[in-house]
Amino acid sequence: MKFTLSWLKDHLETEATLDEIVERLTSIGLEVEHVDDKSSLKPFVIARVLTAVQHPDADRLRVLTVDTGDGKPPVQVVCGAPNARAGLIGAFAAPGTYVPGIDVTLTVGKIRGVESHGMMCSERELELSDEHNGIIDLPEDAPVGTSFAAYAHLDDPVIEINLTPNRPDATSVYGIARDLAASGLGRLVGGAIMPHVGNGMCPVKVTIEAPELCPGFALNLVKGVKNGPSPKWLQQRLIAIGLRPISALVDITNYVTFDRGRPLHVFDAKKVAGNLVVRRARDGEKVLALDGREYALTPDMCVIADDNGVESIAGIMGGEHSGCDENTTDVLIESALWDPITTARTGRTLGIITDARYRFERGVDPEFMVPGVELATRLVLDFCGGTPTEIEVAGYAGHQPKIVSFPLSDIKRLTGIEVPRAESLGILSRLGFTPDGSGDVVNVTVPSWRPDVDGKADLVEEVMRIHGVDNIAPQPLGAHDAVNAKILTTLQVRTRTAKRALAVRGMMEAVTWSFIPARHAELFGGGQTALKLANPIAADMSDMRPSLLPGLITAAQRNADRGIGDVALFEVSGTYEGDGADQQRRVAAGVRRGTAKLDGSGRNWAGNSGPVGVFDAKADAIAALEACGVPVDRLQIEPGGPAWYHPGRSGTIKLGPKTVLGTFGEFHPKTMEGLDVSGPLCGFEVFVDAVPEPKAKPTKTKPKLELSAFQAVKRDFAFVVDKAVEAGTLVRAALAADKKLISGVSVFDIFEGASLGEGKKSIAIEVSIQPVEKTLTDEDFEALGKRIVENVGKQTGGVLRG
Amino acid sequence: MNDATTGVDTLESSLLADIAAAADEQAIEAVRVAALGKKGSISEMLKTLGAMTAEERQLKGPAINGLKNRVTEALTARKAELKDVAIAMRLAAEKVDVTLPVRQSPAERGRIHPISQVIDEIAAIFGDLGFAIAEGPDIETDYYNFTALNFPEGHPAREMHDTFFFQPDEKGERKLLRTHTSPVQIRTMEKQKPPIRIVIPGKTYRQDSDATHSPMFHQVEGLVIDKTANVANMKWVLEEFCKAFFEVPSVKMRFRPSFFPFTEPSLEVDIQCDRSRPGEVRFGEGSDWMEILGCGMVHPNVLKAGGLDPDEYQGFAWGMGIDRIAMLKYGMPDLRAFFDADVRWLSHYGFRPLDMPTLFGGLSA
Repeated sequence: MKFTLSWLKDHLETEATLDEIVERLTSIGLEVEHVDDKSSLKPFVIARVLTAVQHPDADRLRVLTVDTGDGKPPVQVVCGAPNARAGLIGAFAAPGTYVPGIDVTLTVGKIRGVESHGMMCSERELELSDEHNGIIDLPEDAPVGTSFAAYAHLDDPVIEINLTPNRPDATSVYGIARDLAASGLGRLVGGAIMPHVGNGMCPVKVTIEAPELCPGFALNLVKGVKNGPSPKWLQQRLIAIGLRPISALVDITNYVTFDRGRPLHVFDAKKVAGNLVVRRARDGEKVLALDGREYALTPDMCVIADDNGVESIAGIMGGEHSGCDENTTDVLIESALWDPITTARTGRTLGIITDARYRFERGVDPEFMVPGVELATRLVLDFCGGTPTEIEVAGYAGHQPKIVSFPLSDIKRLTGIEVPRAESLGILSRLGFTPDGSGDVVNVTVPSWRPDVDGKADLVEEVMRIHGVDNIAPQPLGAHDAVNAKILTTLQVRTRTAKRALAVRGMMEAVTWSFIPARHAELFGGGQTALKLANPIAADMSDMRPSLLPGLITAAQRNADRGIGDVALFEVSGTYEGDGADQQRRVAAGVRRGTAKLDGSGRNWAGNSGPVGVFDAKADAIAALEACGVPVDRLQIEPGGPAWYHPGRSGTIKLGPKTVLGTFGEFHPKTMEGLDVSGPLCGFEVFVDAVPEPKAKPTKTKPKLELSAFQAVKRDFAFVVDKAVEAGTLVRAALAADKKLISGVSVFDIFEGASLGEGKKSIAIEVSIQPVEKTLTDEDFEALGKRIVENVGKQTGGVLRG
Repeated sequence: MNDATTGVDTLESSLLADIAAAADEQAIEAVRVAALGKKGSISEMLKTLGAMTAEERQLKGPAINGLKNRVTEALTARKAELKDVAIAMRLAAEKVDVTLPVRQSPAERGRIHPISQVIDEIAAIFGDLGFAIAEGPDIETDYYNFTALNFPEGHPAREMHDTFFFQPDEKGERKLLRTHTSPVQIRTMEKQKPPIRIVIPGKTYRQDSDATHSPMFHQVEGLVIDKTANVANMKWVLEEFCKAFFEVPSVKMRFRPSFFPFTEPSLEVDIQCDRSRPGEVRFGEGSDWMEILGCGMVHPNVLKAGGLDPDEYQGFAWGMGIDRIAMLKYGMPDLRAFFDADVRWLSHYGFRPLDMPTLFGGLSA
């Protein structure tokens, strides 16, 4: 919403400066977005050319002496304008002045050897118009030495406010003035409208066939008008707020729209056939609107039609056919009420943004429908002459004001500040509310222009914003009376520690899109209809991700395409199994590409990093689970993972038979191809939300630490087993041989060779033995070794390698 | 006597010469054996003592024992000397070029995304003020995202949100991607009776894309509900937050009346700043105002939707962009880069894994 300072002063009698007004607007909720105080035009003064002689060295230039009215001797100016002549009065710019139209700050200079101390300007140089055939030529009575901008009424600052959608009343200069006046910045004036005397009934009648879309319609006919340009002051105001003056009749509608927030439409009565009907548009109906475009209409849109068809899209834009032009002699002035929702939807569907739509979709003041026609009629009579009829009103049942029961104590309750009763009631009254009652609870009648005010909280806001939010001193929020209990849920704690644990492993945290291409989603088990966006912002951001991996893998590839092929990325975020609130998972996932191993990547004098693989991903996955508090020694690793992994180089991590905590591995060649990426590449996903909640324990005491006094011993064993035997099974068998004495088993060598026989391999383990009761004798070790060999043999069929 | 001492002197000079000449531990050992071994020259000489007369022994005994002691001493000294030489030689041989670069430790390379870091910073501050962290789903119903938050059907404010929708289900209901974190207000009120003090960080989505708008972004919402929380308390909380978050001793904030469907009264908050230095915003100084958040008293209709009586309970809520305040605090120019996973960007703007935000020494100490 834009307006000029002088326009505001039509309705606000005030001594306040521009700065004070601007500051107050923002502080009462009418946020000032921009102020153009026209300061760029301030340096230009009205000056008279005293003499004009031919430049000695240039045919097209003249040398002028100019009286700038400052009492000093005339200045010499070189000028190329054909109309430069002695006696001309124009706009002068002294050296040091910035001339906006040519983007130059003037200096004293020599033009073809003759000094020039300034410039006589054209309209284009002042950015007033495109006129550049000569310099500005003012009437003889223009006061030399005074501001050109003030003389030309170009010094009117333009204020633009950023209006919130709840304030239709502030879509008008009058409404803004009312708010300012209520805040004590002046007196609201200029609201009265002198009614006209009608000459008979309006001959055009209105039938409302769609009352649900049009709760009221007022119409007046003025005959015998002369539609020329509107007065200069009106044109200047319209130009200042960015509107193009068209003709008096059209300019009046724009003026009333901005002055009073009352959009109007004018029909050329001679082009209207028969009476007007307000109805829903019919399927297939089209209208050529005033913007020169043709719009296809549908039955959920409201139109004004005559015998010829649609003449106007209700509340949005009139039709070209019945629009007013310079030949219009009889004008029909329409002021109607349009359903806000329908207006908004129609405008959106058709893609039309107009000042009328802006107001109707917020809700115009129903009680100003008739005064709106009255005001327009008055202006038409003033500018164009003519004879008006009586105003025809259809469908309007009157306004039922809302009455809010308002405990004044709610002001303190909600804002924390005590506003004296008289002040509160005064604010409401100045805003047009009618408070009634003497106790704490008053009945407040809401004015017709404030559809946004429904309840007491709204009235608290009115008092608060006018009284001044700055007057509310911050008050500490009551201190909590104990040390904080849990701030984060277990899931939040795990999310946070998983991130840090993965970052500590040299991975970088990425935040990738929640929506991914459909074909990527399908590769990872997603792509179901329920998770497809109906209106994605781009075709490849269409499906909610079933996994974090495709986003991370393609991110790794983007880095590779930029020349950084060794990357380790992770993300801890949501994936989507369905559209239900409980179907969003919390997943930690990571990928490593190239040689981005835990210890570093690439070549190094101390040893090069090899390509990443399944075991890197496995280690990452287990580290993430460990950070989530999972007892990792109880994890089971099963060979193979979901279809997107390499079937022989992937695994599934379980805790117990049912709880799947994650998957890891290298990727299936078809996955890589589908994502259009290259490797080496591995990755993992860990389901943070599947990790069981820790059991509540009465204390945080840790189990007692048992330290054996006896020396720990290590013994090596190598077993020959079938190739298919899993190392994990063998390790578990060795561990189980004596749970008391064996404290650990590690695999230190895997060997396959012809010497072992077809389909065989050797697994070498180191068994850590921790005696607890006594130092073990050779016989004890022998017996233990035997038990290990026996148990491994039983569980895996392995035999001790000879 | 002369005879006796002459033999000792001769042997001593010979042995001492041998000791001095021994070049390594092996040679010195050979000298020791030759002198003090079972059949060593000194040992043999000592053996002769037994056959001597007491007189002779008295004369020769001290001479031979003196010889033994001096030779033993010389041997020990030479041995130590030789050991030092040997160590010095080994050390010289073992010298390496310590300027060779070592690999970075994984913790040095790893990075936490600025969004995670800022969420942790927010949690640290509000944790200190007695708030808990709440979360909710990204895929929401129209009810939680709009209706329960007092966005009437067809209200222009709904359109301001540029919502992503899913396909309608059999019942004609269409899910959506939440346009703000505010649905969690309702979900929390449904689960928990006041007093409520929560902050809600999370992903939000709107159909918008440029340098400062992204179709996916992050918001943090705050909600306080009890029987007294008011605008004055809200001003205090937000001022304390801004000071703590931007790590400045004071901030000047401007609370402007505004409009949000789910709060009444509603306010927008600008923070005073200095933007005169390119690429850097300083808070607590300067002459610019920058909009930073929206807030207000929870609308009575929202309290009702949460099952609370607006005449008994009241409270305030606020929301702000996590990405935006991260950009402001840490000087990142383009929001789109947040979601590109460019490791150069992550390495530069990301945080070290062990930089856990706490209030112990300033958030980002």
